[in-house]
Amino acid sequence: MTEPTPPKPRTVIPITAVDGDVGLYAAHKKIYPRSVSGYFARWRWALVAATQLVFYGLPWLDWGQRQAVLFDLGARRFFLFGLVLYPQDLIYLTGLLVVSALSLFLFTAVAGRLWCGYACPQTVYTEIFMWVEEKIEGSRIARMRLDSDAFSAEKLVKKWFKHVVWISIGLWTGFTFVGYFTPIRELGMEFLQTRMGSWEVFWVLFYGFATYGNAGFMREQVCKYMCPYARFQSAMFDRDTLIVSYDTARGEPRGLPAKGRAAAAASPFGDCIDCKLCVQVCPTGIDIRQGLQYECIGCGLCVDACNIVMDKMATPRGLIRYATQNSMAGRWTPRQVLRRVLRPRVLVYTAVLAALCVGLLASLVTRTPLKVDVVRDRASLARIVEGGQLENVYRLQIMNATEQVQRYRIEASGLDGLHVSSEPVVEVAPAQSRWVAVRLQLPYGAAPAGSHKVYFDVRAEGGQGSVSEKAVFLVPR
Amino acid sequence: MSDFVNVFWSHFVTVIALGGILACALLLWLTARFRGPASADNTTGHVWDEDLREMNNPMPRWWMGLFVLTIVFGIGYLVVFPGLGSYRGTLAWSTQGEYEKAVDKANAELAPVYAAYSAQAVEKLATDAGAMAVGERLFLNNCAQCHGSDARGSKGFPNLTDGDWLHGGTPEKIHETITLGRIGAMPPMAEAVGSAEDVKNLANYVLSLSDSPHDSVRAGLGKSKFTVCAACHGIGGVGNQAVGAPNLADKIWLHGYGQEAIIAMINGGKTNQMPAQQGRLTEAQIHVLTAYVWGLSNKTATVAGQ
Repeated sequence: MTEPTPPKPRTVIPITAVDGDVGLYAAHKKIYPRSVSGYFARWRWALVAATQLVFYGLPWLDWGQRQAVLFDLGARRFFLFGLVLYPQDLIYLTGLLVVSALSLFLFTAVAGRLWCGYACPQTVYTEIFMWVEEKIEGSRIARMRLDSDAFSAEKLVKKWFKHVVWISIGLWTGFTFVGYFTPIRELGMEFLQTRMGSWEVFWVLFYGFATYGNAGFMREQVCKYMCPYARFQSAMFDRDTLIVSYDTARGEPRGLPAKGRAAAAASPFGDCIDCKLCVQVCPTGIDIRQGLQYECIGCGLCVDACNIVMDKMATPRGLIRYATQNSMAGRWTPRQVLRRVLRPRVLVYTAVLAALCVGLLASLVTRTPLKVDVVRDRASLARIVEGGQLENVYRLQIMNATEQVQRYRIEASGLDGLHVSSEPVVEVAPAQSRWVAVRLQLPYGAAPAGSHKVYFDVRAEGGQGSVSEKAVFLVPR
Repeated sequence: MSDFVNVFWSHFVTVIALGGILACALLLWLTARFRGPASADNTTGHVWDEDLREMNNPMPRWWMGLFVLTIVFGIGYLVVFPGLGSYRGTLAWSTQGEYEKAVDKANAELAPVYAAYSAQAVEKLATDAGAMAVGERLFLNNCAQCHGSDARGSKGFPNLTDGDWLHGGTPEKIHETITLGRIGAMPPMAEAVGSAEDVKNLANYVLSLSDSPHDSVRAGLGKSKFTVCAACHGIGGVGNQAVGAPNLADKIWLHGYGQEAIIAMINGGKTNQMPAQQGRLTEAQIHVLTAYVWGLSNKTATVAGQ
């Protein structure tokens, strides 16, 4: 047996030759993916179930007297289970986005476009919609025939039924999405009583239409032409990234071997029998045998399809498999491949990601459910009041981020003799903020003329944390 | 829209906007019609980094549909909304109009709330926690700029919480003050009083009225000079709310404490103004504010009421 020659590092994808003149725009060719079952298809369905259970289920969960997850944009309060977040807590959203981005980097470095292939809503809804399509219109061949057939009653019924189901799923998705921003049970009641607000109707229809259009019609074109992630994820690959690869050395030249063991042994063909099942199952309609392409979302369906064929041909599985470029070129064993997966890049991503997650969680757990903003009164700088006291006036916005009524005690520090002369205890309703006028007094002569840094110490009576805010106390000349 | 200083700019904007749309449409039409030979390897022929080639794939046709939609939307928008120079659009939409609509809507929503408040007497309203929360916000937005957010004022701006009133502290008087505003005028009195020494003596007499630290000899000399002041401030300096003359016999010094401040006031006089809120605030809002301000110095009454 001769040493297999490694494939060329980059292959220019040959394109079907076009005779004559071409235009700048091309009509879209509809893709009819064949359904396939197997290891990776099962993973895809598991992730469909997981993501959709969370998405459709979460708004119906209750936490105490309210919806567990509710982003109340009108009141500018964001409820996340036990947490009440204010717009001032935007840093947590930033943290979440950084964690998401880093996770994307990590997963992409390890195994390519895992997000695209398994978890992206575009993929997930396309999968759901294709399943509906297959149940109603039939298999790939049946669907192709139905589309090319002349108009008939059967076609009308099937198409109509399919669109009704699609639109229902779309509207339910839109309804659920809006349910994250408006209490979903109220929204449901409003819908039943046909008194939904016009903006709610608009957003339900908007997201419903987006789901219907993207999952029913746009499908792979969103990934190919619209998605920025799809393009920049490819830039995060390296030669040790696990990508869906066709084993050129083993498969080529393609062809169906002659029947019979002896004849097969003498066959000039590789293991690929050119059945084109890998092309037919591909949701983006590419031929993986042409090498890595930007259209490939890494779903692994061609792996499943090819393995089925390899089993039938009694040849080893894995003609198409998740493999790294290095392992393909060097004929590495799986153990060698795994060792390279733990390369510095992956370890650094993992370490940074873990640190960020721990930091984010720790700061959420130890967060003080109280915020204070101090605004000095602009009208009066300082005034002299009875008892030889100098007085400055401030407005404090006290934000209660708990769901109980809280009594806060306001104290001042930073200058000897500085004290709060207005009512020191303030009551704030649950998840509300309140502006209070606070007066600070300082005995005349206790500090030289000028501006002095002082602190407001606001503390919840009976635990639940305290906050210290900086302010300025002015002493006139 | 009258934002243009010259009608030329209106036409200028119109021509650029419409010309831009027309140019886009023309470009779209030309590219849609274009047909040329395909390159052999379907690349543009550009090569970077040794082997990186740019593919020459055609754009999906639905993308062109989006361009067409954009143009249709753009034209529709320019017909309906103001965008072409000083053309107002068929909807006559304007930010001013949106603002007025929002104000009208809010007023309509608040009308029943204010109607309920207006029906109550000031003394009763001051015990209503909801009304006082509204009053506090009205005060912070309209009054706190001068009187301070705690209503205790500062030099030149009266304290509204101390029960000392220049123009009267009854609900009717407070209402009148807010509605029509007040002008407190103290004329320069130096000439009427006499020499600088006389003024100084008079200042010490004024200080003596409130039993503040003063030179009793000078105060005794200045007493006769107070006759001219008594016309407004009253005999004994107790003030006169009818003309807004402050009480000089208490320890409240709106425009500054001590001999120097009083001398400056006698010599220079002072005109102090509270602007009228009529027209800025509605009658119902003024009613609620009256209750709020009245309640500030009548805590015992409001607490008892609760």
